[in-house]
Amino acid sequence: MTSKSKFLAAPYLLWMIIFIVIPLALIVVFAFTTTVYTDLEGNLLSNEEFDELRIEYDNFYDMADNELPYKKQTVFTLTHIMEVSNYVPVLLNSVWLAIIATAICLLIGYPLAYLISRMRYGFQKLMLMMVMLPMWMNFLLRTYAWMTLLERNGWINKLLGLVGIGPFDMINTQGAVVLGMVYNYLPYMILPLYSIMTKIDNRTIEAAQDLGANSLRVFSKVVLPLSMPGVASGITMVFVPSVSTFIISRMLGGGTNMLIGDLIDLQFLGNAYNPNLGSAISLVLLVFILLCMSITNQLNNEDNMDGGMLL
Amino acid sequence: MKKLSSKLYMALVFGFLYIPIFVLIINSFNASKSRTVWTGFTFDWYKKLFNNEVILNSLVNTLIIAVIASVIATILGTAAAIGIFNMKRMTKSLIINITYLPIINPEIVTGVSLMLLFVFLNIDLGVVTLVLAHITFCVPYVILNVLPKLHQMNRHLYEAAMDLGCNPMQAFFKVIIPEIMPGIITGFLMSITYSIDDFVISYFTHGATSQTLPITIFSMTRRKVSPEVNALSAIIFVVILVVLLIMNIREIRAGKERGDV
Repeated sequence: MTSKSKFLAAPYLLWMIIFIVIPLALIVVFAFTTTVYTDLEGNLLSNEEFDELRIEYDNFYDMADNELPYKKQTVFTLTHIMEVSNYVPVLLNSVWLAIIATAICLLIGYPLAYLISRMRYGFQKLMLMMVMLPMWMNFLLRTYAWMTLLERNGWINKLLGLVGIGPFDMINTQGAVVLGMVYNYLPYMILPLYSIMTKIDNRTIEAAQDLGANSLRVFSKVVLPLSMPGVASGITMVFVPSVSTFIISRMLGGGTNMLIGDLIDLQFLGNAYNPNLGSAISLVLLVFILLCMSITNQLNNEDNMDGGMLL
Repeated sequence: MKKLSSKLYMALVFGFLYIPIFVLIINSFNASKSRTVWTGFTFDWYKKLFNNEVILNSLVNTLIIAVIASVIATILGTAAAIGIFNMKRMTKSLIINITYLPIINPEIVTGVSLMLLFVFLNIDLGVVTLVLAHITFCVPYVILNVLPKLHQMNRHLYEAAMDLGCNPMQAFFKVIIPEIMPGIITGFLMSITYSIDDFVISYFTHGATSQTLPITIFSMTRRKVSPEVNALSAIIFVVILVVLLIMNIREIRAGKERGDV
């Protein structure tokens, strides 16, 4: 193809700048600015003074003829970024719950992905389809299903009642939130693990066995190192949506177990309307996630280098 | 023994994945409004669902938005992929990195950033902003599916077509496009799926009158009792099951013909 064909990307580049770059830049701008009101001479107004002026203007002046008695200004500030530190417990709680959910997904998903990858081709496809099928249902419906199961007089408590235990308070707890994350994002762990493991040649495993390795050593010296890239991408694919969710915590956590996502939602569409603070929290979340991802990528690269050096 | 325990393990995990969905489906036939007391078999919730205008409207909205957004995203993304493919290494990797942003960003950050943009530009939130937002998060999937196909393609095919008398347009549409078609189709299908399924980004960019199905489902689940949600889940489940079965049976047959069993 000729070098002229690179101009085919021009419409997309424009799109990318308007809808990816500028919105993210707006988050940064909002995070570091705030709106203040000044009188016409440029003196800063306190909230009370501003309210007074506004009410006076609304009540006594005809809107069409008169100039506003105050001016709106956007000024640089660090207050919103500092304010995020008030929410450190919420941030830590989100990260903690997401780590637990990711760990459980890895523990459940790893053996399953391995078992699937050792099956016959037709069965592999069938099993993969069964893993993906729930993923295609909207996650709101899947989470709603758990509301039905976990309620105080829900199905699980009824079942437990039959054997004479319970009822337990299961919904509106942190455990329920973690369960919701595991249930929703488990397929995101299984799929990347499977796609790496299906490339592991059975003969490699047999060779290790022939050379005298027991199952534990086959796992730790052959299967685990070869599947590391899948582990890394599975962890990212579960951790990122878990740490930033706001619906799972609202539906299963009952609003008392606030996560970062809920906090951001509150600032934009909730009662605490404050887009500047919301942007500051979003920025912190974004930076945190990019840092985590560069760490997992690093781990991955180091593993590859070790492998290369051994060879 | 080993085989038995691994079968048991798989049964447990799949049970975990499917039991909640089956509970929803069973409840969709429950005459009682309560989610937990069974009082008899009924089709009422299905009838109510098909007479519920809010749901039907949002279904129509969802499909219209998904089709428009994924068609535009596919055209924009395919052109972009060809352009990016022909760029120098530095610009190429910069653009690909920015393209990845909507995929690695938490959805809530993408949603909030687009909301800020629309408010900043004074565009009323509605169907238009939903389409713009959906195109934005779909294009990267098209680009990332088409680029590998371009790399796999023999670079000399285009020149060969020109040598054999094609003009550049013919060479492009008769040689390049068919070569990268599988990537374009995968990108389009992924776009349509993500668009239909998206809740978080739509939640921040929709207006009061432009609800999509996931947003309507969200407002229904907030009410204590809404058995229509169960009926809707059952229908969605069956539709997805049929689509996946057809796709997989075809794929397995193709695999058998190739002899990868």
